[in-house]
Amino acid sequence: MNNMFKKLIKGGMGQLAIPLIAIALLVIFNLIRDPGFFFVGISHNNDGNIVLQGNLISIINGASELAVLAMGMTLVTAACGGQDISVGAAAAIAGSVLVKTLKSGPQITGGKVLLAFILACIVAMIFGSFNGTLVAVFKIQPMIATLILYTCGRSIAYWINGGATPTVSSPIISAIGSFIPGIPVPTPVLIVILMAIIFKLIFRFTSLELFTQSVGINGSAARLNGINSTFIKLLSFIILGVCVAVAGTIGVSRLGLINHETLLLDIEMDAILAVAIGGNSLGGGKFKISGSIIGAYVIQMLTITLYAMKVSSTDVKAYKALVIILLVVIGSPVFKDRFNKFVNRMRGDKKGISEKGAAKA
Amino acid sequence: MQEDCLLELRGIDKLFPGVLALDNVDFTLRKGEIHALMGENGAGKSTLIKILTGVYPMDAGSVKVEGKPVHINSPQDAQNNGISTVYQEITLCPNLTVAENMFIGRDNRHWVKQKDYEKRAEEILQNLQIPARARQQLGNCSLAVQQMVAIARAVDMNCKVLILDEPTSSLDDKEVQMLFTMMRDLKSRGVGIIFVTHFLEQVYEVSDRITVLRNGELVGEYLTEELPQVQLVAKMMGKELEELNELSDSEEHTASDKEVFYEAEGLSSSEALPFNFSIKKGEVNGFTGLLGSGRSESVRAIFGADKVGGGTVKIKGKNVRINKPIDAMKNGIGYLAEDRKRDGIIADLSVRENIILALQVMNGFFKPISRSESEAFADEYIKALKIKTASRETPVGSLSGGNQQKVILARWLLTHPDYLILDEPTRGIDVGTKLEIQKLVLKLAEEDVSVTFISSEIEEMLRTCSRLIVMRDRHIVGELKGSDLNQAKVMKTIAGGEA
Repeated sequence: MNNMFKKLIKGGMGQLAIPLIAIALLVIFNLIRDPGFFFVGISHNNDGNIVLQGNLISIINGASELAVLAMGMTLVTAACGGQDISVGAAAAIAGSVLVKTLKSGPQITGGKVLLAFILACIVAMIFGSFNGTLVAVFKIQPMIATLILYTCGRSIAYWINGGATPTVSSPIISAIGSFIPGIPVPTPVLIVILMAIIFKLIFRFTSLELFTQSVGINGSAARLNGINSTFIKLLSFIILGVCVAVAGTIGVSRLGLINHETLLLDIEMDAILAVAIGGNSLGGGKFKISGSIIGAYVIQMLTITLYAMKVSSTDVKAYKALVIILLVVIGSPVFKDRFNKFVNRMRGDKKGISEKGAAKA
Repeated sequence: MQEDCLLELRGIDKLFPGVLALDNVDFTLRKGEIHALMGENGAGKSTLIKILTGVYPMDAGSVKVEGKPVHINSPQDAQNNGISTVYQEITLCPNLTVAENMFIGRDNRHWVKQKDYEKRAEEILQNLQIPARARQQLGNCSLAVQQMVAIARAVDMNCKVLILDEPTSSLDDKEVQMLFTMMRDLKSRGVGIIFVTHFLEQVYEVSDRITVLRNGELVGEYLTEELPQVQLVAKMMGKELEELNELSDSEEHTASDKEVFYEAEGLSSSEALPFNFSIKKGEVNGFTGLLGSGRSESVRAIFGADKVGGGTVKIKGKNVRINKPIDAMKNGIGYLAEDRKRDGIIADLSVRENIILALQVMNGFFKPISRSESEAFADEYIKALKIKTASRETPVGSLSGGNQQKVILARWLLTHPDYLILDEPTRGIDVGTKLEIQKLVLKLAEEDVSVTFISSEIEEMLRTCSRLIVMRDRHIVGELKGSDLNQAKVMKTIAGGEA
């Protein structure tokens, strides 16, 4: 029992313990507050499709962009020991490129959507490599390096579509933003699952995970073992670029328009928070993408819970902050250390006696 | 106890987890003397200084300042007792003026007029003949002057004991002379100076007395003029010279007439001066010399660890270019770095991941070693090298030093290198593991692997190497083999042969 507990705190599971406990507490809290909170219903939407509905679905659906960004942010954090604060602005650029391409001809075909998405990806990857070059080659602090794009990104997005907020209406786009006919699960949720699988496959078929962790934990040793740490850091930013394009595409598709001022506004802070709640060190090194994904859902569930409790949208942020303080303090090494010591002291007497016995024997 | 005793340390013990860093060490500093504290890596110099300055608490022993027992529990205590330290790296603020640097943080009176302390600073500067102005920005002064300002600051704080920790390592000859003049001046004012350096010539130029530490123990205290340089080297490395002469080599080292594996001509890097070097298949050679002699820098150049300067490199007779570690690894060279914590282990990763790291890098980004395969590799080497770890998934940082070193050895052995460079593989680890590593080196040689072995312990090198390359002041000054491989000869070569 003790061993299991220790494993939960210290071992591989340990990193996920905090976000999982947070989710569990939120679920229990909501169940007590309103047993019907997680009720998932089936209904017909405007297009006549059978779809799943309910708070649970809107939580999982609403967290999609955040979850996708958190995956890429985890990688950048692990490799560079810093965060990219330009993801929201970069997503606005990617979204603008997407819309610009979609609007370039009379009708929107599947092929054109694919082309638009690929272009958005390429542009986001270019901006990602810009950030990555500043960090990996010029050794600028990630937060400072990405501050540049954070500041100017939404202006660039503004230029792309000439200051307008064009709308796109197409069944394909609405299928990406809400539901694919015949599938009751929201498409953004499927995209998150797809991205998670892609990450899993990348880790399975490349050494990205081992190399990224090595660079993040001990860059000097990684270099002496032949790892090209500049490349690994740059790569993490390029991969985050893809995540940015995906998140931007989801965001645009949801609304059917691009608003360069508001698309995924302030999402970078939530993405960083998701990484932290997921038990990943913001100083880099060991990481778990799954932790960050759960972290994203924790944030979203917290927000929806507060809204469901009729907390006004201006107050939500303050309440959110309270819960987050709690989470990060519990997740901190200092707290873990003290907690472990406390646990050890609690069962210290018994163990001390048995150890003495063993020493005598 | 003499009257003029400034500082007396008696029976100092300091225990770090698993290592007795200081074992019953005595140290005495008299008024107006420059006292060199000497010893190789791990001798306990820096531990002793950190105890004296309140960075570490001591586990046993006593400290007396001017005959009065004192307790030094913090750097503030040290300062209050008149003990000041100037470290190798300048710890002042380069963007403030000289005067501000001399007075910053020294009292709580915020209303002291700028003019007042600038005037006071100017006096001190003149008094100590430091070529700087009070209002000058410190960052604009040369390193030597910055160092002198740091010393002036220390001296002005009523310092009786001044500790200079490697003060000359970033200074040129002229600057060193400036510093020495100042040291002699302070000495004449009754300040006791503890001088830590690895430059032997400087010790003989400026110090009055020498205390030698080795492996955390006191070797002895000597008057500088009574201790010849070669004797000092012998004491630092262990073994009295008389004993040395009696020692004859127990093992027969036969020079192999095998093919040359690695050959470098005029190889240089950002850290190492050009040198020539070659090693045969199955040969074990060593680079020796004191700390700072350039032995590590040279082997790092072989591995491409620092920015490569020039030179030609041949492997098995073929020209190759080794610009970065991966080039060396692809040519069958492995390198176990000197600083295990900084350049070796990836502390948070598991033993398994640490073991497969180099092989994985060589296999390439797109060919990851499967989980089951990596587990098999880890288990194999945990067993073969008797690595003591709770499991293969234990973070390597939680292992003892010796076992960490074995993990890194396993990492390189797994790549099946043709040529393995081991820089201080036995430093800071227990005797049992040391012997295991030495045996391993000899076994590798039997399997036709070339090995370069570096150790601060000369006996270890004599036991394992068939050829020793001796370095001093970043140059190769000798190459010893056969009957020349004995301690006395090695030390004479290291010290410069003028003994």
